[in-house]
Amino acid sequence: MSTSEIDRQWTTRLRRRVEGKLPPEKLLPDTQPTYVSSWIYVFGIATMCSLGVVIGTGCILALRGPQWWHGSDYGHFINSMHLWSVEIFFFCMVIHLWGKFAMAAWRGGRALTWMTGVVTFLVSIGAGFTGYVSQSNFDSQWISTQAKDGINSTGAGAYFNVLNMGQMLMWHIVLLPLGAIVLTGMHVLMVRIKGVVPPFEEEAETEVAQ
Amino acid sequence: MAFLLSFAALVPLNNLGHYVQWHFLEISVANLMVIVLMIITFVVALLAPFPGRRRRKENR
Ligand code: HEM
Repeated sequence: MSTSEIDRQWTTRLRRRVEGKLPPEKLLPDTQPTYVSSWIYVFGIATMCSLGVVIGTGCILALRGPQWWHGSDYGHFINSMHLWSVEIFFFCMVIHLWGKFAMAAWRGGRALTWMTGVVTFLVSIGAGFTGYVSQSNFDSQWISTQAKDGINSTGAGAYFNVLNMGQMLMWHIVLLPLGAIVLTGMHVLMVRIKGVVPPFEEEAETEVAQ
Repeated sequence: MAFLLSFAALVPLNNLGHYVQWHFLEISVANLMVIVLMIITFVVALLAPFPGRRRRKENR
């Protein structure tokens, strides 16, 4: 095969693009600028860690089933871990979001980082709500009957029926977690590609220097 | 075990919830507390010194 043929291969082109945008030292860097040594930068990874616990405990709940999580001590414990890791997840995500908002961290071509964050937030809220109606107890019955009129009045009920336990469970344990995981992956890769956004003064200095 | 159980519910959970109301705004005390805790954590995250942060050098 001639070099020009190799150059035209999609595998070659894709590899070069990835290598150019995300060389290993950018993907897993050794150091970060000094302004990153602040507690506010911990909340992104804290959100990711709690998402890990949410997924892990969710998998155990899926393996054992509702009779187990409603009827045994160990089941209650894992169920509570699932709930409380979700609480911590949202808690950290909101602080992360406030921090990034205050830094205007969408500057310098980072719009996609911000937007993947926004969509992850919305998807997570959906995952939370479908989780409430997937509990399979009186609480979930109450919540779904309260929710149905509002959702049906928008017409969305034709596709998204909160009284359909099977559908809600599928959204909760398949579609929305998949969305949250994929989006989080994209989000963090975007941060790695672009590097951490410099503070306002640093940015002004670099502009003067140029 | 009895000792651990005393932590089971710091607030009695079998009663009606408590709510704060201000004009048309209504929020449960529990949710309000979460928001207040988030604000406190946010402020602390901005102000608390980060461990291992090197002191500012003279030339910077
Ligand atoms: C599942 C939810 C989320 C996870 C796991 C997550 C994770 C992360 C991580 C690990 C970082 C890099 C470290 C840091 O600066 O904290 C980051 C950066 C960032 N996040 Fe998130 N994030 C989430 C949600 C959000 C949301 C809701 C927003 C805003 C709407 C957002 C906006 C940003 C921005 C703009 C950056 C880039 C900061 C920079 O370049 O300095 N993220 N995120």
